[in-house]
Amino acid sequence: MSATTATPARAISRKRVVSAPKRVLSTVLSTAAVGIFILSVFPVYWMVQTSFQPTSDIIASRVQFWPENFTLRNYNTVLFDTTRSEFLPALGNSLMVTIIVVIAALIFAFMASLAVTRFRFKSRRGFILAILIVQMIPGEAMIVATYRLLDGWSLLNTIAGLSIVYIATVLPFTIWTLRGFVDGVPVDLEEAGMIDGLSRAGAFWKITFPLLAPGLVATGVFAFIQAWNEFLLALVVNSRPEMMTLPVWLRTFQIANGTTNWGGIMAGSTLMAIPVIIFFLIVQGRMSSGLVSGAVKG
Amino acid sequence: MTTIGSTATTVPSGIDGENIVAPTPTPAPKNRRRRRQGRLTPYALLVPSLVILAVIVGWPLIQLFIMSFQEYGRAQVFGAPAPFVGFDNYAEILADQKFWNVLIRSLLFCLVAVTLTMGFGTLIALLMTHLSKFFRLLVSVGLLLAWAMPALTATIVWGWMFDTGHGVVNYAFTHWLGLDYAGHSWLIDPLSFFLVLTIIVVWGAVPFVALTVYAGLTQVPDEVIEAAQLDGANGFKRFTLIVFPYLRSIFLVVFILQVIWDLRVFTQVFALQGIGGIREHTSTLGVYIYQTSLANGEYGTGGAVAVITVIILMAISFYYVRQTIKEEV
Repeated sequence: MSATTATPARAISRKRVVSAPKRVLSTVLSTAAVGIFILSVFPVYWMVQTSFQPTSDIIASRVQFWPENFTLRNYNTVLFDTTRSEFLPALGNSLMVTIIVVIAALIFAFMASLAVTRFRFKSRRGFILAILIVQMIPGEAMIVATYRLLDGWSLLNTIAGLSIVYIATVLPFTIWTLRGFVDGVPVDLEEAGMIDGLSRAGAFWKITFPLLAPGLVATGVFAFIQAWNEFLLALVVNSRPEMMTLPVWLRTFQIANGTTNWGGIMAGSTLMAIPVIIFFLIVQGRMSSGLVSGAVKG
Repeated sequence: MTTIGSTATTVPSGIDGENIVAPTPTPAPKNRRRRRQGRLTPYALLVPSLVILAVIVGWPLIQLFIMSFQEYGRAQVFGAPAPFVGFDNYAEILADQKFWNVLIRSLLFCLVAVTLTMGFGTLIALLMTHLSKFFRLLVSVGLLLAWAMPALTATIVWGWMFDTGHGVVNYAFTHWLGLDYAGHSWLIDPLSFFLVLTIIVVWGAVPFVALTVYAGLTQVPDEVIEAAQLDGANGFKRFTLIVFPYLRSIFLVVFILQVIWDLRVFTQVFALQGIGGIREHTSTLGVYIYQTSLANGEYGTGGAVAVITVIILMAISFYYVRQTIKEEV
């Protein structure tokens, strides 16, 4: 094992032959890395492996670290035992809300970030300030007022009501992030397009929008995760069983089954977490690098 | 259509009654914005966002503020008039020992969680810069998996791992370390409840800090670090004197976000209380607001607590907002 360093520049300044202390250090660091990996992954692993165990094994006095009697019964219960769980309707609700939120948030945020980056207008600074401040306001604090607002419009226990509130929740962050990406697209490209006969709107749509793909993916995934995971608001606003989203369903299922059916609870948790994990791995570090470039660029 | 390219410094001066504005020269590469003839275009582009934010965030916020000065209970929900009571709700809360317990508990939790998260996150980020490609990838994948776990599922899974009867933690303590943890309840004792809560929250938040700081570290020019190395600066000095100033803005963003998230933490506390734990001794601000307003139906009092929370968060983030506005706009 060689003591490779992060950057080629520094690697060059070092010799290939590694001294003993260096090797020890490298082993220590690698061990730490493995430790961090295990600590990070273990709960995820534990969730998945429990979900494949029969209840008799789960509550046995000997804990199994690998499902010795592999079973899909827990998934069967969660997915198809309609007397005990309403998983599929909840999945449908979650999907609908999430899709609406992602699409609407991206379109609105794209428009707003164009306004903020490509134009200089009077209340621009005020708008950015408002966006920043809105992000600080805790949703829990507003929950009653939001409830009454939706109630007044008869939007309680509807997909539309929940979606609108989620859009408002994710908009500040999506605008904030997309703004950085729009800033990265040279305005000259738009101008070149306009010289070639595109309208201003056409230039935005045909030139800037496609170039924003990475930014749109990153912010879209953010909106997805927010809408998919949000718990409190869904709990209060869509409380009727047939209107529940996945998180509310999961908690209801967990409370109802208490300590009797950890296998089922873990199967439900796995089903809820998988889409998020997949999406996350798709965008990988893009979100954090977006944030970094935003913070550095100012 | 004519375009008037805005040259080097179009400094916005004294805008919008926001007095925190100190006009700073816009850096040269940023002058992409230009004055156009279609002056209404930006406003038209902002309309959808503005309308949604005003209606869904602005209006309830005003309502909340008003409600905090009203006697607003169950009766008012069903149509009874809500009389204004001035600062009565606030006085009631500030005289209530329960509120102070919750506030102090939340602040302490926030302090501990943020310190641990920032510390571990930064250490892991620094570690990642010294790892070989394979181990760096290993750490990244692990962090991403932990980051991707939804807060609610994470809490339920950790609750299962710390389960009294069949949890893996009790099992490991008993069978591997020879300690008597069989049947030990982790959530009944408030301190131990907060230990588990801190583990859950820090576990979920470290990946964000680590990966963000790591991404920042990769942007620090190598020449600078090498120069410092040649000048004989040790690792600690290199970090505090060279790297940290470079990453100041990143640390600031991450730090403020952590403080905000940990101070208003709701899902993890609420879900963990559902698994076990005594509500009065473990509630934080978010759960307290929920309890007062929705469970007890004291909307006026809950509103006052909410307003106080918002004010605390604003005060904490004031510096950050001011910095950002100064640098960005």
